[in-house]
Amino acid sequence: MSIAIYIAVMAGVTYLIRVLPFGFFRKKITSKWIKSFLYYVPYAVLSAMTVPAIFYSTGNIYTAIAGTGTALVLAYFNLPLIVVSLAAALAAFLAGFFI
Amino acid sequence: MKQSDFIRGAADGIPIFLGYLSVSFGFGIMAVSSGLSVFEAFMISLTNLTSAGQAQGVSIIAAGGSLVEMAVVQLIINIRYALMGLSLSQKLDEKFTLPHRLLAAYGITDEIFALCSTKEKTLKPAYMYGVILISTIGWVTGTFLGGAAGTLLPANVTSALGIVLYGMFIAIIVPPTRKQKNILIVVGLAALFSVLLKYLLPMISGGFAVIIAAIAAAGCGAFLFPKEGDE
Repeated sequence: MSIAIYIAVMAGVTYLIRVLPFGFFRKKITSKWIKSFLYYVPYAVLSAMTVPAIFYSTGNIYTAIAGTGTALVLAYFNLPLIVVSLAAALAAFLAGFFI
Repeated sequence: MKQSDFIRGAADGIPIFLGYLSVSFGFGIMAVSSGLSVFEAFMISLTNLTSAGQAQGVSIIAAGGSLVEMAVVQLIINIRYALMGLSLSQKLDEKFTLPHRLLAAYGITDEIFALCSTKEKTLKPAYMYGVILISTIGWVTGTFLGGAAGTLLPANVTSALGIVLYGMFIAIIVPPTRKQKNILIVVGLAALFSVLLKYLLPMISGGFAVIIAAIAAAGCGAFLFPKEGDE
């Protein structure tokens, strides 16, 4: 079977999932519970994606802990996204020389 | 000086660019070693813009699976984008007309959603396009480089880059948890559920575990700390 057809099916299904609620849902949700739920979703998604995956992200638990600790401290002091994320990678990179 | 929304989105998206560059580098290597051409890998990244779904899709292609299997697997892995799209639909600026919605829907990914839903009070098309454009450039460039140049980067550089996206997540999560205890508790619960699922129910795939943990934690948050008023 042509690979182009596989790719078209992959892309088509993925786009439909994305566009259906985002493109066509126009009501403002009034239920207090659902509004609160949707308000918390991004924080919950981010947290669940980060923990525990971050500790496997560099292939070595100790360099990952160095990067995570660095990110937590810098984020606590409200530094910009790019600074926090690059400092985390730099810390993990440098920690790699001590392993 | 007031920056345009588009430039602001592109600048905020730089960590996503870097993270995507390194993640998709791995995807490019994997796709080519599964027998796809560099061009095919590039086209998959350009048209899908998603990590888990693409990786699974390539293994279905390599195994000669059916198109129905492909469609069902993509639906299951990517269904979280529907929830994210619903969440985003509640904070769209009035400039977000239907054509903008149809176009921007292309770019709903975990990371772009996270940025767009937390950095902005109301989401304007220009800001979202800025984020999407820089992220997509990172995603397709990394795929191309990974597919074409494979293993040229030193391993300690690519492995350290693996943490870039997570560093950005931490930078998004931590500041609001300092101000709002309810968010801190939701974040803590989501992390706890995610860890429990991973180690106690390892048969649940990563993408599913994340969405189950997130729904449970956000549900607890809505139950324990319902938000008053509009904001």
